[in-house]
Amino acid sequence: MEQRFKRLLRRHGLVVAFLVFLAGVAFNADAFLTPGNILDVLRQVSITGMMAVGVTFVVLTGRLDLSVGSLLTLLTVIVVDQHNVAGPFPAIVMTLIAGLCIGAFNGLLVGFVGLNALIVTLAMLSFLQGLVLFYSGGSNVNVENAQDTWFAVFGRGEFLGLPLPVILFLVGAVIAGLVLQFTTFGRRVYGVGGNETASIFSGIDARWTVFWTYVISGFTTGVAAIIMGSRVMGAQNTIGQGYELTVLAGVILGGTSLLGGSGSIWRTVIGISMLGFIQNGLLLLGFPYYVQWLVTWAVIIVAVWIDLGAKRGRIFA
Amino acid sequence: MSDVVLKVKDITKTFPGVKALDRVSFDIRPGEVHALVGENGAGKSTLMKALAGLHRPDEGQIFYQGEAIEVAGPLDARRKGILLIHQELSLSPELSVAENIYLGAWPTNRFGVLKKRELRRDATAALEALGCGFGPDVRVGSLSVAKQQMVEIARAEAFRANVVIFDEPTASLTDSEKDQLFHTIRGLKARGVGIVYISHKMDEIFDITDRITVLRDGQVQGTVDTRDTDLNQITRMMIGRTLDTYFVKAKAEFGAEVLRVEGLSNRPLFEDVSFSVREGEVLGLYGLVGAGRSELVETIFGVRRADAGKLFWKEGEIELPTPRQSIDMGMALVPESRKEQGLVLMMGGRENTSLPHLRLFSEVSVMNRAKEMAVFEKYRSALSIKTTGPDQAVSQLSGGNQQKFVLAKWLCADPKLIILDEPTRGIDVGSKSAIHELIAELAEQGLAVIVISSEMPEVLGVSHRVLAMSEGSVVAEFEGAAMTEEHLIDAVSHAREPVAAE
Repeated sequence: MEQRFKRLLRRHGLVVAFLVFLAGVAFNADAFLTPGNILDVLRQVSITGMMAVGVTFVVLTGRLDLSVGSLLTLLTVIVVDQHNVAGPFPAIVMTLIAGLCIGAFNGLLVGFVGLNALIVTLAMLSFLQGLVLFYSGGSNVNVENAQDTWFAVFGRGEFLGLPLPVILFLVGAVIAGLVLQFTTFGRRVYGVGGNETASIFSGIDARWTVFWTYVISGFTTGVAAIIMGSRVMGAQNTIGQGYELTVLAGVILGGTSLLGGSGSIWRTVIGISMLGFIQNGLLLLGFPYYVQWLVTWAVIIVAVWIDLGAKRGRIFA
Repeated sequence: MSDVVLKVKDITKTFPGVKALDRVSFDIRPGEVHALVGENGAGKSTLMKALAGLHRPDEGQIFYQGEAIEVAGPLDARRKGILLIHQELSLSPELSVAENIYLGAWPTNRFGVLKKRELRRDATAALEALGCGFGPDVRVGSLSVAKQQMVEIARAEAFRANVVIFDEPTASLTDSEKDQLFHTIRGLKARGVGIVYISHKMDEIFDITDRITVLRDGQVQGTVDTRDTDLNQITRMMIGRTLDTYFVKAKAEFGAEVLRVEGLSNRPLFEDVSFSVREGEVLGLYGLVGAGRSELVETIFGVRRADAGKLFWKEGEIELPTPRQSIDMGMALVPESRKEQGLVLMMGGRENTSLPHLRLFSEVSVMNRAKEMAVFEKYRSALSIKTTGPDQAVSQLSGGNQQKFVLAKWLCADPKLIILDEPTRGIDVGSKSAIHELIAELAEQGLAVIVISSEMPEVLGVSHRVLAMSEGSVVAEFEGAAMTEEHLIDAVSHAREPVAAE
């Protein structure tokens, strides 16, 4: 019995710790488990969650995408600015295309040229942050006719009592989950992540597979930027700063392995939601907002540690 | 001083499923060159690794200068005076010659700071004793392979080694470099160093050694004085057994040509290779490790790019294919390394089986799970694969069962040509003979089969025709009664001369 409990704790230690945390917060802050607050958390999570859905594809191939933070900033600035210039529909199309292009460029460098994913996307993070300032000239942008545009629906709308961004996130997650589970592309992603050499010997073009995962990551960040721009009805030059780590923390907290080949979208949904509730709980307990950065650090370290432990266990067992 | 510097007594080493060394005993006298010969897998490398402290023997003892010792690791061996000079040199290319000679055993003061002057002085002395034409400060990466080998041998001087073990030392040397090396070896010998010399090249062994010990299947077959023996006797000792009768050979009924290769090159791995294989035919490809066999078939399959040559598929010339095109044409490659190239270990048997044929197992890109399950169950029972279910990670299966999934994944799409690279390496005897039977069965169904193997009995037992490869070239072809172990050994061990002219 004791042994079983220990094993349960080791395997689901994170979930147990999370539940304890939830109970603790709920006990001390009455507002925590109210429907209003829960919907608020989900609304927050929908942006990072949308990005994490795309990044999960990249991580499943055993690679990283750290460029998504700056990319979110750039695309949010683009969607807001172009909304003023060209109107909502062209702005949305342009944003998505820009996201696809940046993703494709990352994918080209990592998949085809074979450069290190960490370096490529970290450099892209820096490059895009610079590009944002070129584009905006350093000033923040706002949607001019915020009162009468249907663009607000993505960030602020509701459907059947659920916030529309949450629905977008969940629909995106379901589609991505189905793609990974049931399509040949999904199988190739797991194959390349699990054993790239064996996949190449099986006739899978790993270069294209990796390429498309970055394109997907760019696209989901585009969708996230639309939600963000629509919710804020404006964009600061630093609006996406640090998001890349929050997203990555959510992915690995869910249990998707950084080594590639194992993990899933629903794990990411759980991981990123847990992170959202942790951050919200800390705020409700009266911690300053920047405590979330410290928590992100702890979460990344613990999750990676557990991942390593599981791998070691598998090798030596 | 005793007349034996190193003595090995009843050493046994077992790996999962294989007895690599079985009560092996032999001894080395000071000032002798002692050859250790045997087929691939006879246990030579395992024995050397046991002496150098890389393997810990299960049983048996090592006596060094009359005392029983335990060797904790390569550095410990070196400090005791036993030096292993590997096939692949163990040097750090960015460090200097002096630093490499003392790699891992640098003289330091009490603060851990390198004593450079002392290091240089000792290294210079060692280099001069050997008559090397280079100084201690040269970067090792800038030296030729032969000179790098001299750096390793200089360790023998530096550590005052009493035993030096050479593992295939001439594998990448030119003829004049080889002469230089032999000169050095004779120098060591004159100083009373006991030398173990491992090689596949019989002419060298008769040239330089004093005694020969023959290993076969992990057992010592005997030790003889070199001047009292000849190639015939040694070959007989190496092979020993008559051709095993349990190999089932497919009936020799051949159909049309499936694949023809003309002048295929991928320098420097292999050069100008030509052959063909027909329906129903099992073509063996024999050669030592490093002969270029795996590289050849990987190039045909498209995992590597050829730099010259033509391929003909069913008598029509084709562009050099990508792996995808090869698979779609009906080619299958069961690669050499099951775990690295053959399987995605964290996937189950079902997903591994369908991986090369995702298009066949899907409709408009959606995987057809029922079809996957049907094929999985079919091969699970046909090849009697032991697994708990379709999604049990193949990493949890035994080597034999893993290999069967690799076969399943290639057989399920009905290939026309199947290339098997070391299909029975590291698997148990039962699975081994099942795979031999399968090879015969496939050929009788009309597939063209290419089998690569380092095990001579296997390659002779299953094949209708055998190509011998050595150092990147096909050096001989044997068929029918000419297919003997003697011929194969002869072909691959004498092949060097014509190439050495460069």
